[in-house]
Amino acid sequence: MTSLMRKLSRELWQLRGQMLSIALVVATGIMTVVTMRGSYETLVDAQQAYYRDMRFADVWASVKRAPEPLRREIEAMPGVAAVDTRVSYYATLDLEGLDAPAQGHFISLPEHGRPTVNDIRLRSGRYIAPGTSDEVILSENFAHERGLRPGNSIRAVINGRARDLDIVGIAISPEYTYAVPPGSLYPDDKRFGILWMSREVLGPAYDMDGAFNEVMLRLSPDANEDAVIARLDGLLDRYGGLGAYPRAEQPSHLILQGELDQNRVMGTAIPAVFLGVAAFLLNLVLGRLIRTQRGEIAVLKAFGYRDREVGLHYLLFALAAVVAGAILGSFAGVWLGQAYVNLYGKYFDFPNLQYQLSLPLLIAAIGVSLVAAIAGALAAVRHAIRLPPAEAMRPEAPARFHAGWLERTGLTAWLPSAGRMILRNLERKPIQSLLSSLGVSFSVAILVIGLFMFDGVKLMMDLQFRVIQREDLMLTFDEPLDAAVIDDLRHLKGVTRVEAFRAVPARLIAGQRDREVSINGMEPDGALRRIVAASGRVHPLQLEGVVLSELLAKKLHVTTGDSLLIEVLEGRRNKRTVEVVGVVEDFLGMSAYMNRFALQRLVGGPKMVSGGYLSVATDARRALEQELKNLPAVAGVASPASMLESFEKQLAESLFVAVGFLLAFASVIAVGVIYNGARISLAERGRELASLRVMGFRRSETVVLLLGEQAVITLLAIPIGWLLGYGLAIAVASSLQTETYRIPFVISPATYLISAGIALAAAIASGAIVKRRVDRLDLIAVLKTRE
Amino acid sequence: MLLRDRRNDMTWKAAYAHHTAAGMLLAIAAASNANKSAIRDIYMTAATGDTRQRPEPADARHEVVLSATGVSKIYRTGEVTVHALKDVSLELYAGELLVLLGASGSGKSTLLNILGGLDVVSSGQVQYRGKRLDTLDSDGLTEYRREHVGFVFQFYNLIPSLTARENVALVTDIAVRPMSPHEALELVGLKERLDHFPAQLSGGEQQRVAIARAVAKRPDVLLCDEPTGALDAETGKLVLSVLDRVNRETGTTTAIITHNAAIGGLGDTVVRMSSGEIVERRTNDVRASLDDITW
Repeated sequence: MTSLMRKLSRELWQLRGQMLSIALVVATGIMTVVTMRGSYETLVDAQQAYYRDMRFADVWASVKRAPEPLRREIEAMPGVAAVDTRVSYYATLDLEGLDAPAQGHFISLPEHGRPTVNDIRLRSGRYIAPGTSDEVILSENFAHERGLRPGNSIRAVINGRARDLDIVGIAISPEYTYAVPPGSLYPDDKRFGILWMSREVLGPAYDMDGAFNEVMLRLSPDANEDAVIARLDGLLDRYGGLGAYPRAEQPSHLILQGELDQNRVMGTAIPAVFLGVAAFLLNLVLGRLIRTQRGEIAVLKAFGYRDREVGLHYLLFALAAVVAGAILGSFAGVWLGQAYVNLYGKYFDFPNLQYQLSLPLLIAAIGVSLVAAIAGALAAVRHAIRLPPAEAMRPEAPARFHAGWLERTGLTAWLPSAGRMILRNLERKPIQSLLSSLGVSFSVAILVIGLFMFDGVKLMMDLQFRVIQREDLMLTFDEPLDAAVIDDLRHLKGVTRVEAFRAVPARLIAGQRDREVSINGMEPDGALRRIVAASGRVHPLQLEGVVLSELLAKKLHVTTGDSLLIEVLEGRRNKRTVEVVGVVEDFLGMSAYMNRFALQRLVGGPKMVSGGYLSVATDARRALEQELKNLPAVAGVASPASMLESFEKQLAESLFVAVGFLLAFASVIAVGVIYNGARISLAERGRELASLRVMGFRRSETVVLLLGEQAVITLLAIPIGWLLGYGLAIAVASSLQTETYRIPFVISPATYLISAGIALAAAIASGAIVKRRVDRLDLIAVLKTRE
Repeated sequence: MLLRDRRNDMTWKAAYAHHTAAGMLLAIAAASNANKSAIRDIYMTAATGDTRQRPEPADARHEVVLSATGVSKIYRTGEVTVHALKDVSLELYAGELLVLLGASGSGKSTLLNILGGLDVVSSGQVQYRGKRLDTLDSDGLTEYRREHVGFVFQFYNLIPSLTARENVALVTDIAVRPMSPHEALELVGLKERLDHFPAQLSGGEQQRVAIARAVAKRPDVLLCDEPTGALDAETGKLVLSVLDRVNRETGTTTAIITHNAAIGGLGDTVVRMSSGEIVERRTNDVRASLDDITW
């Protein structure tokens, strides 16, 4: 080992605290890349393979009832590679130990062979056997939640008839990676499951012999998706087509893609912040090191060390931090990536779904870290290289101080001299102070942005389940029933109030733009369900006209007072112009609301309802639920309270994990910036502080002088971080504006407090470590050292 | 080992009586000095210097190693212009020991830095063995320093994180035909303190490590800027005796800067500077002995 390397290793050891804090910042950056982007790559590969193996559809369409021979015509459409049809219905499941009845989505499977499109993958048990009538395959998540296994049986009410079904297999399908119950936006695996059943059994049960109500298409690579969808809609129109939609709108795919994309974005944005901070810290620490070692640099140069040898020597400090960070970050990243991928492994069936560390990714991550570190270090190192050897021999000129602008304003006259010293030190190096504040503010912002997501989701759910959905139970019928059924419901024991609703699939057309939605016809004077805006304001339902979600109004380019052409997609398929009487800012889905009676007039035909919202006496609830389970026409019974409960439990769990990570991320940055800042101040001003101690200043007084600077930096960082977090939260909120949900932009006071509190705690912890050094300051030794 | 080598070296012949006296003086100093072992080392090696003669190959003696011709140096800092050197000419002969006297600000350090390739001239010529230095760029100067020059500074400028041996190795690492760090430290009487860090050494010891570092690469030119400036008189003499001996024993062309006129007697040539000009130049026929020098 050369002497220069020995110097490097000893001084690295001497600077170990600072180097470690920088290495941790680098490690966090690399870890996020390796975890987030690494699992993104792994999962996208797995997703693609899964979709390919299962022949996942490109286009879906639902229809009331179409004859099977229509399939030929669909197959003949240009751009269509494969077609499959099926029968699918919702039905109530009769399960023990549930407050609210569970709902099953029954989907037909061919008895012979497998589906051409949207196959399933068996996890255990077997495929249904031909010629049997009661065999069913259960979706894995639901089976897992309910503790059901092949060999068990499950009771379902299929088209009004209770049937005991034998579970022969457990399966997964890319269509139901996330199984979202109808009318909900969130999977509820306890109460909603998929049941695959023979078409020969399910078809006749719903009077669908030789017919289908769902068709799925796989497209050829050169197909024009929009054209296929338009033609398909045209073909299905006369059979009661409910509008075809592409994979991009398939609920499960949408949620999964959203999550994967989030990994990709986070895997880029977070490391960028950390590498920026690392570069800044390296600049700070190396800048100080090089200033301290002016004389040593001069000696090296005087003895003929070349500029690049000197430069490389100091760059190696930065490289050491990156290498340590890279090793730490890679291991942590792989470990975390593994855990992360395993979490997803629940949804994908790959016996070998293993986190694969892609070497190019790791090399890129470390490469970018190196570039960032060198960029940060280079400014300082260049100073060392440029230092003329003769000049380097002279001690550095003492720092120049003058009254800064803040003092010239006279506002600081009341400050004690300690305060003035702190202020002048900050003003002497305004850019460094500002960057330090900015660094700490990142940690505040990271917390604000992380916690804001939860604030938003919580508000959204509160509004949805506590203000909008005030019913105890929501019933949906298999098919619209005569409105007289409402009276029957009203007479059920324990029911205190019933409000009927009518849901009608329709196409809303405004000029060139159109959108397929389900129009929700509600009771005009409803108390259980109302139209409530994000602000909490209740929109009254007028006698005529339609009220639209803000997002829907935007997509159609209409506003209050405009007219829409509504084309009903069932019954007589009436078309009529209707006025937009209101636009409501809401968070979930894209809704269109009408007065139930106005909707009835629009659809025509006999008075029908699709379901009802029930208010139920608490003591009668259990008995009522039992009774509802056995009603033939009831397809589903949902309880907002239990949905909220399961949601909140899930939210709390993910909040716990997320806060843990955010906390670690924020602390790494805050400690990195403040600890290094304080150490450098101590190195620069040790002599000054020792002089003060000699003059009789107490330890605590000198500590105030040293750490006061960091305290100001931290306090300044908090509002900057809030502002930064606020801005980023707006960006995130608007980027998360999907058709299924909009994260409302709210930041709770708790979020502001927690983010500030953690930055402060990190600052205090860093200060305490440095304070110990001040306490141990060797007065005589410090004063003896040459300036 | 050093002793045995020297005894066998037949090119060193004449005895210098005053060296014994210097040894005696140091021995007395040692009695009142904390660093007894170091002093004893110097005493021992200084005493054995008696049996030696300075190298005197007739031709080499008059070879010009370094020369400055009409050198001026102007510093501009803001609106102030400082003429640090005004038309200075100087020659340094092989094996010579030159003492450069002058008050602070007289330009002696600037001249030394220019000769050592640490600084560049504003006008004039500098040559090393007939090769122009003033036309070299900074890389060229670096190579010149790397191959030919050894420096000793007033404040030692040791690397605090390296031991004595490692500080010397710092230079031997990049030298072509260096002596071993151990050998160099033995030459300055510090073989007992090889593995001490600068903070564990006295000022005089640190300066001797710096000298060992400068001579370890067997430089052609040894340039010392106020090597005793930060030391008390006794320790200063100790350091000078080491420099004197290195010059005599290795024949290294040496220039020592000092503001201490008394040291002038040690040199073959003494040059006095004032306000950037050489105001006096004299040659000592016989170099004074250390015990003749007092300050």
